[in-house]
Amino acid sequence: MAKTYDVIVIGAGHNGLVAAAYLARAGLKTLVVERNPYIGGAAVSRELHKGFLYSNCSYVCSLLRPEIMRDLELPRHGLQVIPYEGGALFTKDGDVLATSRNHEVNRRAFARFSRRDAESYDRYSTFVMKQCRLIRPFLMRTPPDPTSVKPRDLGELLHLAKAFGELGEKDLGDTIRFWTMSIAEFLDQYFESDVIKAYLAISGIIGTALGPMSPGTAYVLLHHYMGDVDDQIGAWGFARGGMGAVSRSIAGALEAAGGEIRTGAGVSRVLIRNNRTMGVVLESGEEIRAKRVVSNLDVKRTFLKLVDETALPSDFVKSVRNFKIRGSSGKLNIALDGLPRFSALPDDSPCYRGDMHFTDSIGRMERAYDDWKAGRFSRDPFIDMLIPTGLDPTMAPPGKHYMTCFVQYCPPLIEGREWTDADRDAFGKTCIDQIAEYSPNFKDLILHAEVRTPRELEAEVGLTEGNIFQGELTFDQLLFNRPVPGYAQYRAPVKGLYMCGSSTHPGGGVMGAPGRNAAAEVLRDLARPRTMGDAYAVI
Amino acid sequence: MRSAAAETRPLTHFRTPHLTTPVHERTSACNRNHSWVPWAGYMTAGVYDDETMEYFAVRNQAGVYDISPMVKYRISGRDAAAFVDRLQVRSVAKLKPGRVFYTVWCDGEGMVIDDGTVFRLGPDHFRICCQERMLPWLLDSAEGFDVGIEEETEAVAGLSLQGPCAFEVLKRAGLEAAGRLKPFDLADFQMGDLPVMISRTGFTGDLGYELFVEPSRALDLWDRLFEAGRLHGIRPFGNDALNLARIEAGFIMARFDFVNAEHTLRPGRSRSPYEIGLGWMVDFDKGHFNGRRALLAERDGRTSRYTFVGLDIEGNLPAESALLYVKTGVGTWAEAGHVTAAAWSPTLKRNIALASLKRPHGLTRHDTLYAEIYVMRELMWQKLMVKAHIAERPFFNHPRRRATPPGPY
Amino acid sequence: MPSFDAIVIGGGHNGLAAAALLGKAGRKVVLLEADATLGGAARTVEFHPGFRASEVAHLVTHLPVRVIDELGLARHGLDIAGPSLPSIALERSGRHLVVTAGDVGGDVAEGEAAAFHDLNRKLALFAATLKPALAKAPPRLATRDRQSALSLARLGLDIRRLGRRDMRELLRMILMNIADVLDEELTDDRLKGLVAFDATLGTHLGPMSPGSLLSYLYRLAGDVAGAPQRLILPKGGMGSVILALAGAAKAAGVLLRPGAPVERILVEGGRARGVVLEGGEKIEARLVVSAANPRQTLLDMVGARALDTDVVRRVSAIRMNGNAGRLLVALDGLPEIAGLDRDRLAARMVIAPSMRAVEEAFNPAKYGELPERPVMEMVLPSISDPSLAPAGRHVLSVTMQFVPYRLTGGWSEAAREELKARVLSEIEAHLPGIGRLVRHAELMTPADIERRCRMPGGHWHHGEMTVDQMFFLRPFQAAAQYSTPIDGLYLAGAGSHPGGNVMGLAAMNAVRTILETEGRR
Repeated sequence: MAKTYDVIVIGAGHNGLVAAAYLARAGLKTLVVERNPYIGGAAVSRELHKGFLYSNCSYVCSLLRPEIMRDLELPRHGLQVIPYEGGALFTKDGDVLATSRNHEVNRRAFARFSRRDAESYDRYSTFVMKQCRLIRPFLMRTPPDPTSVKPRDLGELLHLAKAFGELGEKDLGDTIRFWTMSIAEFLDQYFESDVIKAYLAISGIIGTALGPMSPGTAYVLLHHYMGDVDDQIGAWGFARGGMGAVSRSIAGALEAAGGEIRTGAGVSRVLIRNNRTMGVVLESGEEIRAKRVVSNLDVKRTFLKLVDETALPSDFVKSVRNFKIRGSSGKLNIALDGLPRFSALPDDSPCYRGDMHFTDSIGRMERAYDDWKAGRFSRDPFIDMLIPTGLDPTMAPPGKHYMTCFVQYCPPLIEGREWTDADRDAFGKTCIDQIAEYSPNFKDLILHAEVRTPRELEAEVGLTEGNIFQGELTFDQLLFNRPVPGYAQYRAPVKGLYMCGSSTHPGGGVMGAPGRNAAAEVLRDLARPRTMGDAYAVI
Repeated sequence: MRSAAAETRPLTHFRTPHLTTPVHERTSACNRNHSWVPWAGYMTAGVYDDETMEYFAVRNQAGVYDISPMVKYRISGRDAAAFVDRLQVRSVAKLKPGRVFYTVWCDGEGMVIDDGTVFRLGPDHFRICCQERMLPWLLDSAEGFDVGIEEETEAVAGLSLQGPCAFEVLKRAGLEAAGRLKPFDLADFQMGDLPVMISRTGFTGDLGYELFVEPSRALDLWDRLFEAGRLHGIRPFGNDALNLARIEAGFIMARFDFVNAEHTLRPGRSRSPYEIGLGWMVDFDKGHFNGRRALLAERDGRTSRYTFVGLDIEGNLPAESALLYVKTGVGTWAEAGHVTAAAWSPTLKRNIALASLKRPHGLTRHDTLYAEIYVMRELMWQKLMVKAHIAERPFFNHPRRRATPPGPY
Repeated sequence: MPSFDAIVIGGGHNGLAAAALLGKAGRKVVLLEADATLGGAARTVEFHPGFRASEVAHLVTHLPVRVIDELGLARHGLDIAGPSLPSIALERSGRHLVVTAGDVGGDVAEGEAAAFHDLNRKLALFAATLKPALAKAPPRLATRDRQSALSLARLGLDIRRLGRRDMRELLRMILMNIADVLDEELTDDRLKGLVAFDATLGTHLGPMSPGSLLSYLYRLAGDVAGAPQRLILPKGGMGSVILALAGAAKAAGVLLRPGAPVERILVEGGRARGVVLEGGEKIEARLVVSAANPRQTLLDMVGARALDTDVVRRVSAIRMNGNAGRLLVALDGLPEIAGLDRDRLAARMVIAPSMRAVEEAFNPAKYGELPERPVMEMVLPSISDPSLAPAGRHVLSVTMQFVPYRLTGGWSEAAREELKARVLSEIEAHLPGIGRLVRHAELMTPADIERRCRMPGGHWHHGEMTVDQMFFLRPFQAAAQYSTPIDGLYLAGAGSHPGGNVMGLAAMNAVRTILETEGRR
């Protein structure tokens, strides 16, 4: 006789775990099934070289909603997030833009490139902060269906209209411009220095298959800015112990609430009968029964691989097929014998404990994107590089270091064909060479390097095309359009089947909001009291 | 604008989170409290040794305040006067070379960006001194004007000499000639071999001068002033003493009485000149200036939202940050505004405050307001509703501030 | 000193339309055009002895009935009765495609033709939904303003009326890129290339740039005398449309003054009082209506000094660097090409073999570089209108996409020759043998268009047509309702809503606003 649960969550990524934890806390008998022998999905810390822990997919933390940390008591289960201390962008001519948490130090760093830009930065920050204030309350709300006349949808639409209306005429106009402009054009309004613009454009492209000159990338910037580390909005930080610590803490909360996790248990299909969800069948053939199944996988995997197409409306299937999940990034994880030195930075620079970059103009970043459009990995890629062990003593032996490099752009297919190991190695070499240009001792320190292209990310983590957001963050796939119009409220067209991955509103990043919001909808359908607090409305 | 990356590489800017001023060697020696407060990226003294005695130096003898961190811009060129006119609300036609005025500048919606002083150094030369950095605003405002705009914060050091004996100190330092300076006059002088520009200005409401020199000569200026003022009890004063003096003088301050309109996050939080008591400055007859259209509409449509008033609060408890109410019935209150700065005035023996009120409150002086003051006495919090009366500003207004030539004390 | 009720600046089609409409409303109007001939970017020029062609705009795609009727353009000689041109997607091997008003013919798979038909129908429906907003002043984003609230509500209602399914599609697709839209529905590279070209023509967008669908919807929203999706070659070139407009203006009592460049707009106490011409002549009027580019109007003619810094910042930030160049070619005859008979050659021919080709032509433009293989549209207007060239000879009118306004290294003679050579070699590759017939080829880069037509950036829409510069944000928020921060000064050109193309709606909307506003005073 098959086992029975109230809810089964497919996939132990952070959103699946968040959803499961909330549901377990509501008293539901909850099971998470995970294909891999370890939990975490893309938020993992893995010992792939002895003594070194790699945050080998997601690598830094900011977006994880503080409301969730508090609801689920994540700090009690081991979560600690420490902010970056600085940031650096190295220029081709040997200089560096060395930014700082300290406002004045930062201003002086900017002023070396442009005094005007150094002072424009405050006005720019004010504008971005206004946008954060606007959007943050909506991260933890189920998007309304604009075509619906149900009181709940109308109420939410009104709420949305009111929030935008409160901005006032001028800010509302500026908001529409901001949401539709390219990050390059947006920055042109404030800044003149190529280096400063390149530095600020970074958040406009990370994770997307768009270049800094593509309209819509200013919104992507907001997506990366709307998080915080404690009171510092827009700040990013390291999770102590790597990103696996995030997953472990959520799993801790889940298990403390009586939930169960089964690893090594890949789902082969979702059991559906008469348009009702009955449970899942594992790859082993084992059946597990539950009337509610929540999928943390991206929509394509969920509906094109786990669900019988005939059980779904054809329009829906077409929309899912058309959902844009585009692999655009790769990843290097490197074990180092010591701290690499960068010629442009003194040894005591706080930038060693922050993010470092090597593309000093928006033009270079855009050309890197042109390569992706043509189906190649970027010959002069954009790299977001960090050495978490500068702050985190737990990830490498003393004196040794772990380096993470997030790299754009890296296509899912290379000139239309599958990646080969030789392609992957060439990609890795391109990235390492770029860093070595600025750090003479870097190459000699490399003990081990793991190179991940979309091929590896898809195969190991299950992210379609290796897209870190489970779907592009363009307007056609945001808010009530995410993942597909008419199904933005976490429910699939099959009764009892839900979605909780980053493919749903509000999208990707280690945020947890999709998981939380999906759990709220499950509880709503069960007429159970909510186990989640309201979003912090005011910042 | 790109600064040649001539600065030292590798870059060590992070080692000095706050810069020190050209007279740091002296101020740090005097700063027995090691009390520093940041000001525009610099460290300045909060309280050197005794706030009260520093304050009384300003009201009784002579005090010196380090104004080097003040943000300074040099405006020069054929269109300099026209540019300054377009920038701020007062008429430059009334500012002759050798004069200074206090003014505000607004954005296109007529909301204040900052206040500050404009020094007319010559027909085509101006210096703007202010709190907030605003190079982009100045450069963008200069579109269509033949002017040069240069930030000279680091190129000019300044000491503010304030107090009834200020002129006496100058005289002893060999600057008797400065006696001819009327309030808001400025001129160049020689202090022996030290060229110094002096303006009769200050932020204390008392007799006082501001002295500007090249940074390399700032220590020299400090030493000469302290040597000359020894017999008059000259002493440096810090931020806290200055704040008390400026409240008595009724001066407003950025970030307390208004917020730079370019940096407000929430709708409706900025202030127009009419809403901070500076509507009298706005000159609509001088041609176009930033905010003219909006301010004209505000004046003609009477759409100002706030009034700015001085308050005399009963009792002796400073009403720092208090909310203000009016009585609407027995035991019922309506919020009318809030206190932006408050102090017990040692000179006036009055409990004074500056306050922002929602209109129509404060339009007449007859409103009786109540300040909600919380006091803690030995671990016991008490809430008091204390009557507050609208009072004339400035609270402190001594004739010696204006006497020319100044008297001996 | 002469005095008028209104001065209209700019003798392009919008300026003429505005002047005529104001004249018809009983105002005493003078129209000032800097150039010696009227027409702006809609002139017909003799570019080589005996050869004439439309200088910049060469096809009428938007000319609403209302504009034609209210101005009585038919009475004044407008001839747009010619047939709508089909578009031919040229292919090197000769497998050309023919698209006529939303249907594809030629060598194309049946399923593909049906898919294109359906897609076109869907997009045309969306365009029709948005279209009523083009013929009205944009609403303000202030709900306090009753008229704006009504206007926004009306738009919302129109969208709701689409029904749930189409409404969802519209809200999903509105900001998409054309490449994704086409990939969702079509497979034929030639067809996708053609549509991608149309969607990006005149903009700084590639097919993969989000927002390129909206640009395509704008194109689909056009109609000529009520018939949608038309491509009309006006008889006598685009200049004939100008002649009709000028006729209408004169009939309305407008004094037309070509050769009268405005140096500045007189502003006193925040109000426009008239203009001063180059040379010093002063003309006074209570109203000044500018059909010139908004940046030109506000920064050059009014001057930054009379504007708030916020406005100066916004106006300076309007993106208006042109993306298209023109090549006017005098031909000694018609090329003889298998598969392209005279009728086909009379069509609009497009060289944009695939979306990727369009995207790759776009890439260099981002960095101020020339496309390796330019994509372009061309017509041979002299086939249907022999008056444009000496007997037996012909005119080839080419619009090349993705020619940067600011070329890295500058528009040197060598760079111009290089571009010309690349364009001609692409044309030769698709129309083999045409090279031998070329007598003369005149190149216009956006920089040339800027100079010749006095259009900053050489941008024929007076500013990019992207969401951040459309509707209530065009040309910028505070001036989107045609009024400006200067009382009595109005904008009525393509820089204002609804934007570019020889259409006249900007002028019509502006004049309606002016008459309402100034009437109230």
